[in-house]
Amino acid sequence: MKQIYFFRYIFLLLFICLSASVMAQTGTVTGRVIDESNLPLPGATVTIKGTTLNVAADINGYFKLANAPAGAHILVVTFVGYRPLEQPVTINGAVNVSLRLKSSSVLLNQVAVIGYGTVKKSDATGAVAVLTANDLNKGAVNSVQDAMMGKVAGVVITSNSGAPGNTSTIKIRGTTSLNASSDPLIVIDGVPISNVPVGGTANILTTINPDDIANITILKDASATAIFGSRGSSGVILITTKRGTQGKPVINYNATGSLSVLPKEVPVYDAAQFRAIVNETYPGVTAVTSLLGNANTDWQKQIYQNAFGIDQNLSITGATKNMPYRVSVGYNNSDGILKTYSFQRTTLGINLDPSFFKNTLTVHINLKGLYNPNNFADQAAIGSAVNYDPTQPIYNGNTVYRGYTTWTTNGNTDVNGAPVTLATANPVARLEETENKSTSRRSIGNIQFDYKIPGIDGLRANLNLGYDYAYAFGINNVLNNTPWISLPVALGGQKIEYNTGNRNALAEFYLNYKKNLKSIQSVIDVTGGYSFSDFYTFGNSINSDYNQTQTKSFPYKTDYKLISFFGRANYTFKDKYELTVTLRDDGTSKFAPQYRFGLFPAGAFSWKIMNEGFMRDSKVFSTLKLRLGYGTTGQQDLNNNNNYPYQAVFLQSDPSTRYQFGNGFYYTLRPNPYDAGIKWESTTTSNIGIDFGFFNNRLTGSVDGYYKKTSNLLNVVTVPVLTNFGSTVLENVGSMENKGAELSLNAIIIDHTDWHWRLGYNLTFNKNKILDLVGGDQPGYVQANGSATIAGTTSGIIQYNTVGKPINSFYVFQQIYDKNGKPIENGYVDRNNDGQINSADLYFDKSPDPTVLMGINSDIAYKRFDFSFSGRLSLGNYNYNNVAANSTYYGVYSSLGYLQNQTTAATETQFKNVPLMTNQSDYYIQNASFFRMDNMNLGYNFPAYLNNKLKLRVNAGVQNVFVITPYKGLDPEIAGGLDNNFFPRPRIYQVGLNANF
Amino acid sequence: MKTYKIFSVQAIMITMLACSCTKKLDTVPIDPLVSTSANVYSSDVSYKQGLAKLYASMAVSGQNINFTANDLQASDQGTACFLREYWAAEEVTTDECLNAWGDGGLVEYHGGIWSDQNLYVQLMYERIFVNIAYCNEYIRDVNAKLSSLTGTLKSDVTQYLAEARFLRAYFYYCAMDMYGNVPFATEADLPGTFIPKQISRAKLFQYIESELLAIQPSLAAPATNEYARIDRAADWSLLSRMYLNAQVFTGTARYTESITYSNNVINSGKYTLHPNYQNLFLADNNGYRDEMILPLAEDGTSTESYGDMTFIIHAAVGGSEDATNMFGIASGGWAGNRMTTTFVNKVFPDASGATDKRAIFYTSGQTLPITQPTVFGQGYLCAKFKNVTSTGAPGTNTTFVDTDYPLFRLSEIYLNYAEAVLRGGTGGDTNTALTVINKIRDRAYGNTSGDITASQLNLNFIIDERGRELYWEGFRRTDLIRFGLFTGGTYLWDFKGNVQNGVATDAHLNLFPIPASDRANNPNLIQNPGY
Repeated sequence: MKQIYFFRYIFLLLFICLSASVMAQTGTVTGRVIDESNLPLPGATVTIKGTTLNVAADINGYFKLANAPAGAHILVVTFVGYRPLEQPVTINGAVNVSLRLKSSSVLLNQVAVIGYGTVKKSDATGAVAVLTANDLNKGAVNSVQDAMMGKVAGVVITSNSGAPGNTSTIKIRGTTSLNASSDPLIVIDGVPISNVPVGGTANILTTINPDDIANITILKDASATAIFGSRGSSGVILITTKRGTQGKPVINYNATGSLSVLPKEVPVYDAAQFRAIVNETYPGVTAVTSLLGNANTDWQKQIYQNAFGIDQNLSITGATKNMPYRVSVGYNNSDGILKTYSFQRTTLGINLDPSFFKNTLTVHINLKGLYNPNNFADQAAIGSAVNYDPTQPIYNGNTVYRGYTTWTTNGNTDVNGAPVTLATANPVARLEETENKSTSRRSIGNIQFDYKIPGIDGLRANLNLGYDYAYAFGINNVLNNTPWISLPVALGGQKIEYNTGNRNALAEFYLNYKKNLKSIQSVIDVTGGYSFSDFYTFGNSINSDYNQTQTKSFPYKTDYKLISFFGRANYTFKDKYELTVTLRDDGTSKFAPQYRFGLFPAGAFSWKIMNEGFMRDSKVFSTLKLRLGYGTTGQQDLNNNNNYPYQAVFLQSDPSTRYQFGNGFYYTLRPNPYDAGIKWESTTTSNIGIDFGFFNNRLTGSVDGYYKKTSNLLNVVTVPVLTNFGSTVLENVGSMENKGAELSLNAIIIDHTDWHWRLGYNLTFNKNKILDLVGGDQPGYVQANGSATIAGTTSGIIQYNTVGKPINSFYVFQQIYDKNGKPIENGYVDRNNDGQINSADLYFDKSPDPTVLMGINSDIAYKRFDFSFSGRLSLGNYNYNNVAANSTYYGVYSSLGYLQNQTTAATETQFKNVPLMTNQSDYYIQNASFFRMDNMNLGYNFPAYLNNKLKLRVNAGVQNVFVITPYKGLDPEIAGGLDNNFFPRPRIYQVGLNANF
Repeated sequence: MKTYKIFSVQAIMITMLACSCTKKLDTVPIDPLVSTSANVYSSDVSYKQGLAKLYASMAVSGQNINFTANDLQASDQGTACFLREYWAAEEVTTDECLNAWGDGGLVEYHGGIWSDQNLYVQLMYERIFVNIAYCNEYIRDVNAKLSSLTGTLKSDVTQYLAEARFLRAYFYYCAMDMYGNVPFATEADLPGTFIPKQISRAKLFQYIESELLAIQPSLAAPATNEYARIDRAADWSLLSRMYLNAQVFTGTARYTESITYSNNVINSGKYTLHPNYQNLFLADNNGYRDEMILPLAEDGTSTESYGDMTFIIHAAVGGSEDATNMFGIASGGWAGNRMTTTFVNKVFPDASGATDKRAIFYTSGQTLPITQPTVFGQGYLCAKFKNVTSTGAPGTNTTFVDTDYPLFRLSEIYLNYAEAVLRGGTGGDTNTALTVINKIRDRAYGNTSGDITASQLNLNFIIDERGRELYWEGFRRTDLIRFGLFTGGTYLWDFKGNVQNGVATDAHLNLFPIPASDRANNPNLIQNPGY
């Protein structure tokens, strides 16, 4: 506020000085005010220096100054939180200019995309975080998730493997559902993206080139996400891509070259140690010891490589007449550190923003295309390399198995003999004899019409029509005479062709009315609309042996639809008190008519304490705002394309699951389990937050506390037998809570002409607890997480859920230790004191979710140099170390007649026997807290060349710089906490060049 | 005015859009494999397809082998199959089988240390009752359609309904045998509207008995139905088996009735012992309707499962056995199940197969004593079941087997008859008992050298003879309980009570516990004593 007074004062002085001059002619200045990310700055003031002529930019940043005096002038543009801009302009008739403001502080002036509208971050009433292009992790060129990692409190991003273009698990404020999706909704330029992954696509977010991103807004609490109603329970991530601007075309080119290396191998016994263990464990048992070979092979070394990658982006930004445009092309080609793995991505982005009828109709056209060939490799080679006998050579001269050493029956004496099919497969053969490729294509596009309805000031209508089309085609072929393939023909290899696709359509319409009622010092902003989405998924898989003697196909298709009515009213009084009320009524085709619609309300209140008179003279505070929010959101996004869970349906079997009567085979008809009363899962969130800024916003931040309770959990529960057509049915049973606190801090420590140092820090606490699982009091009831199986058993599940514990807690035997702290083999605590150790003695140990997370990031600039880093600390997360859990001395020999290597865990535990219950010991539930330095980057900006037209920048950096952890496995950061032969995260060295012309 | 018009037009448009679209939420499955309850029985063959599911639910894990349409939730879908669970409960818990995988659930089975959280206990229970739920649904839906049918379709469907009721009775029989007092529902109980009540073991016995008696007129005459479908002889066989165990199930002996129904089978004139014992368990055994009263039909390409005969054959193969040529499973054995030392020593004085040809063991490279349960090189391997034909040709698939599993065959009826006579039932006589037993012995020895005399025919002989004739066919646990040998210290075998030489176990193990998972869901269920 002070700034504005100051400038007004100056304007007044200038006006008096210049008033003598005579204005003969007039002209019109039109244009747009945008920020560094090309986002509009609604409300920015544009003044012709030396006059009283001024105008405020509209919602899209556009302005028009009529009757401006002709001649050379200076346009002064001001906006709270931005550095004032003075731009020379020669007025002669109609002039169009583009005005770009630079932020003067951080965070609070950002524009938040809130769904069906935008708002200045400082005016947001909900828990909202904004990342602009500048905030993203430098050098994370492969995926959007990597670029966001560690930047926002309350958002946990864990990459699911170290493969380039990998998927990530994103959790915003904890896990909110047991069996429905806990993934946040992702909205790209106004198009919500389906969470259903497309097979053959590495990652649904690969469609977006990180280089195209202008702004990522993360909505965390219900008051912010409620406008997305049914789909906002797990938070919303809104991605806005860069757009065109008025002015001369700007060409940007950047290229990054990278080298990925394996940071470390899983510790296994080398050939000499392995020989010693076999000879000591099976002394004189020649059936075993004779299997030892003479080679010395480091199998992990054989499957990993140093991998190169390149990422290039070219964009043109500019405007023709009234149409700003931006066109970009990106190309990424990265190999994985696992040999034969590769990822290629070509993206195309076109954004057009034409406006018509004197800027009353603005049209936004977004088109994104992806062409993405992948070679996924046979990732089972990772486990095989850990377990393959190091005394065997890669090739042993056989002729049947293309020379690759293969375990054969009869004591491995005949290298061409019948294979031991269940033996560890030769990891090199796995990679070289497998062709596991896919090509995926995806296009997301929408056209948005934004029309200022004439006659009613502040009323506009918005129509958004969008689509999301994805199609992937892939093969997974393995040559014949590969002993690890037995289906459909033993040693027949396999040929699998699959395709899969999504075809989703979106139509949305809303009206927005915004009015500044100066007489009562109020601003009202009301939105009401309607949305329709259609999701169609299809696919097929044709499976056969390599010579295609036996072929089967598995086609499928399914669809669902969503209809929503939504409204939001925002009332601001005196620019101090702001009240937002949101309501969304969602209908889904997944539920029966009487349960189909769910009404999700939310409300939020904020108080800009800073704008109160008593704070005006504060020397310490520069921003202070209190936020309160409460609301309910829904969930209907079920896994596995389960789109008709309320209907009684019958499923016909496939040809290989028929039954014989007489001489004929009959397809079978099975009633599917269903729950006619299935309905919305709902999550209620309360949030309290304070946004603050100190010392003229040199230090800004926010603190949030929240409580989320999910009720009517969409939960695959065991139902009383006989009451349904499966042991488990998806029902609305149980409830769960997440409570937590978040702190974000951003400090400009040095802001000097030559020196600039910014430090960012965020802290997250989250505690998840299951409150109810079966409805009613059932002490001791446990529910298995069916996907958390222990590798190497048929009945072992390591994660269960129970009331009072966090989701997916480890359910294990309590290990007994000797006086030296060594675990005693098969020594477990008889927890129920019945004199025997059995499954009734299992207990709930730790859980895989961290309790405390911190992110730290910093940029330092000195003259033309800049340096940045970001890192994360995760505390209290535990993993089940399944790789180590199978390691025992006797385990080096399998009674199927082959040797297998182990991790060196057996040396530590001294466990001898083949695991009986040892792999369910809590010994293997290991603390996986860690600090990871995600990236470090050093850059240099060259002086401008060619008359300020060419700007050059070079940078060099490292991704995944180092990890500090007490965890005994390879990598502590495992989404879900089950560590079983994880695709290792590489360390990536990068150099990059950026040119602006 | 102009804006007002625009407004009204838009308001009307939105309303229209909204109204037309809420109807759009009435979606029905678009996948051609899915039908709704409205159109499921629209074709004649669909009645038979519905029946086929009830049979197939004994063999397969779901509607495909890709595990995308499973019947039950399980981490290993092989373990969610009826036959594998039934076999494990009847065999792995006894002297006939010690598993080498070190799998928690199976270690507890053999060691007699299972709790109500054992996954095998849970999956067997869930499989039995989901199969009953399928039967109830079929009987309910098809009964409702029956009056609208005419001609041969109506008489066919009437027979299908009787077979469905037989299967339901059989599944309830298994539940009664293993779990005792269990939840109970019939087609009168609509899905999702009730919590099942618990029925006592004795009451359940009466229900099964009444069902098996009631459906007899509607079933096909012995050996006149299509292969692998239930006929009246199957019904008599189950009655013979159930009455033989009535003392255990109800506390009241019913040996006379057991003899009655054994007699019905024996005197039907349709069944004789197949000349070659080994051939009964090979890939072409679907031809042997002479002895097979009801098989579980298997086919390597059309009935694929990891929990049926495929499991029994694969899990038995390992060591130096030639999986490809000897067993017809080129994809390899799973090195899991083998005989205990005690069993081999107790029932086969000559385990070489030279005298009693039923001793089909593989001993090369194997030690007879077992000191380490997880070392498959210890213990004799069982080679009774194979996926090769009687001429040595492999089955149609190298993983999934063609070999049918005998659910009821004539030998059992002979043994039931003899035992019921020895236990005092009337309607039979010891001479006939001796005759039928010696028929079994003649086949086993290839001549009369193995015949026994009347004085040798006693209950101790019967339990051993049942072991010799029926081992690995899913009888052992029930048989040992009937003879009082399953728990307690009278009879010990390797690793009974989880100790190498065996220790006495508690009598409460004669019943499995009601799984904790179902008791948490169903407050009507009272746990079996001792758990």
